[in-house]
Amino acid sequence: MSLVTLTVVSILFGAGTFLLLQRSLAKVIIGLGLISHGANLFIMLSSTSSGVAPVLADGVDASAVADPLPQAMVLTAIVITFGVTAFLLALALRSFLLTGSDEVEDDLEDRRIARHEVEHS
Amino acid sequence: MSWLLPVLVAGPLLGAAITLVFGRRLMPQRITTLSIVAGTAAGALALLAHVDGEGMVTAQMGGWPAPLGITLVADRFSAIVLSVSALMLVAVLVYAMAQLGRDAIDWWFHTKYLTLTAGVTLSLLTGDLFNLFVGFEVMLVSSYVLLTVRSTQREIRSTMSYVVINLLASALFLVTIAFTYGISATMNLADLSVRLAEVDPAASRTLSLLMLVVFGIKAALFPLFMWLPDSYPTAPTPVTAIFAGLLTKVGVFVIIRTQTLLFPADEPSGLLLFVAGTTMTVGVLGAIAQNDVKRILSFHIVSQIGYMIMGLGLLSIAGLAAAVLYITHHIIVKTGLFLVAGVVEAEYGSGGLDRTGGLLHRRPVVAALFLPFALSLAGIPPFSGFVAKLALVQEGLALGQGAIVAVSLAVSVLTLFSMTKIWGATFWGEEKEASGRAGRPELATTGVVLALSLAVAATAGPLGELSLRAAADLMDPAVYVSAVLGGS
Repeated sequence: MSLVTLTVVSILFGAGTFLLLQRSLAKVIIGLGLISHGANLFIMLSSTSSGVAPVLADGVDASAVADPLPQAMVLTAIVITFGVTAFLLALALRSFLLTGSDEVEDDLEDRRIARHEVEHS
Repeated sequence: MSWLLPVLVAGPLLGAAITLVFGRRLMPQRITTLSIVAGTAAGALALLAHVDGEGMVTAQMGGWPAPLGITLVADRFSAIVLSVSALMLVAVLVYAMAQLGRDAIDWWFHTKYLTLTAGVTLSLLTGDLFNLFVGFEVMLVSSYVLLTVRSTQREIRSTMSYVVINLLASALFLVTIAFTYGISATMNLADLSVRLAEVDPAASRTLSLLMLVVFGIKAALFPLFMWLPDSYPTAPTPVTAIFAGLLTKVGVFVIIRTQTLLFPADEPSGLLLFVAGTTMTVGVLGAIAQNDVKRILSFHIVSQIGYMIMGLGLLSIAGLAAAVLYITHHIIVKTGLFLVAGVVEAEYGSGGLDRTGGLLHRRPVVAALFLPFALSLAGIPPFSGFVAKLALVQEGLALGQGAIVAVSLAVSVLTLFSMTKIWGATFWGEEKEASGRAGRPELATTGVVLALSLAVAATAGPLGELSLRAAADLMDPAVYVSAVLGGS
């Protein structure tokens, strides 16, 4: 079980990193999404115990419940990542409306230095 | 006093909700925001006085005893940083109100400013690793909105990389949290300090490095600083000023807190000193190559972070005390310098060095505001930067770390050089055409920040002793642990 999850986590991180390095903003955002999913799954892996749902009702053995803390943390992390991803999508849309393309733009400084190099060589 | 800790976090959040209710009506928004931010500053100063007199204050959220619940903690170090930060938040807010309607500071500004305040106070006060993640995110999301709200192409381009890098850093932070929880089964920093002392040294060293990378991105350490000089200068002046003063320093605060509390050591760390030296050097060399006031100052933020990490890297009481003093001095001076840069931009419509000139004759008061800040940044006596740098250099020499001391002194000279570059191009030289005149309120606010910076230099004695007491607490994790866990 753990090994399967771990494999999934590493695939998510690998695919996410690949997408993050692309020129297209949409791919960058999907890549970030995958990386965040990987991180969230990874937190689940760090649980100290697994078992039944951590609700202390009648007839539930306190020693047999799952560790509730990672679940609470993942829930918080998912909400935060969701919000920031939505914000990023809005930024990407705005960028698309302004420039008409979905590409990450060149750094102005880089362009200036490259021009400088060409002129002096 | 423990009731004050949650109030310092919840107050600004409540204020943000209230400003939303007022919609676009500016006057009630301004009154709410100013009173809440000023109240936070007053609370932070009261907290500092209390903590220094009677020891650390802790508050257990929801009544859950530590380490089960989330703990808010204030020790001398966090109270000092919180007080200075809150004072700067007030100053920049007044400056922003003077600029209202210009430079795109509009009704939305107040809400985000208050959530930013809450993020800063939560990050400084929390005693829980996951809660720290939440505090960081509250702070960062506010900063994303403040950076992009004008939505021009230039801002979108530079903010995009800022958001992507910070989101990636957040994912790394989550991975670090998972590792930490997997090893120790706790998130409470005090409890972590106890448990990490018992784990395999290799595991704890890995965690130490992971945390250094994660918070190093936030603090803009070499080689993780690339996002900073690109994104900060495009924002409206008050936004850049408060980011420059606070955000990276919260990162430095957390680096110092985690490294001293979770991974205690008592001899100079070669790795930290190396990072400190390269951060200083690369930052200042980047600054020298720039031709815009705000971009020069942004690279200097990176360079100055190196000095704070140098104080941490020495890992002695006097070294950490110098770092605390340096943070105090730097938050004030950096905010002030960006406020002056904003005045220059308001005068010329741009901070490009080729479009400014002769301001000394037209507005001598601006020159009088810039000069002490610039000299202080470079560490010229009798200004506050000198006091902080002297403490660093003395301790560096006392510990036999000659290399880093030499680097820090050379970087000081280069800092002075790039400050003279701004001075020569903006205040001296032929008079260039100026479009607008900066208003009196802006100049007055900058003057108040300058007075605060001079006060740091004037009270260097008592402040130095306070930093020594704060550093002594930092070097002894048992103080923090027993305050949070109740001596268990």
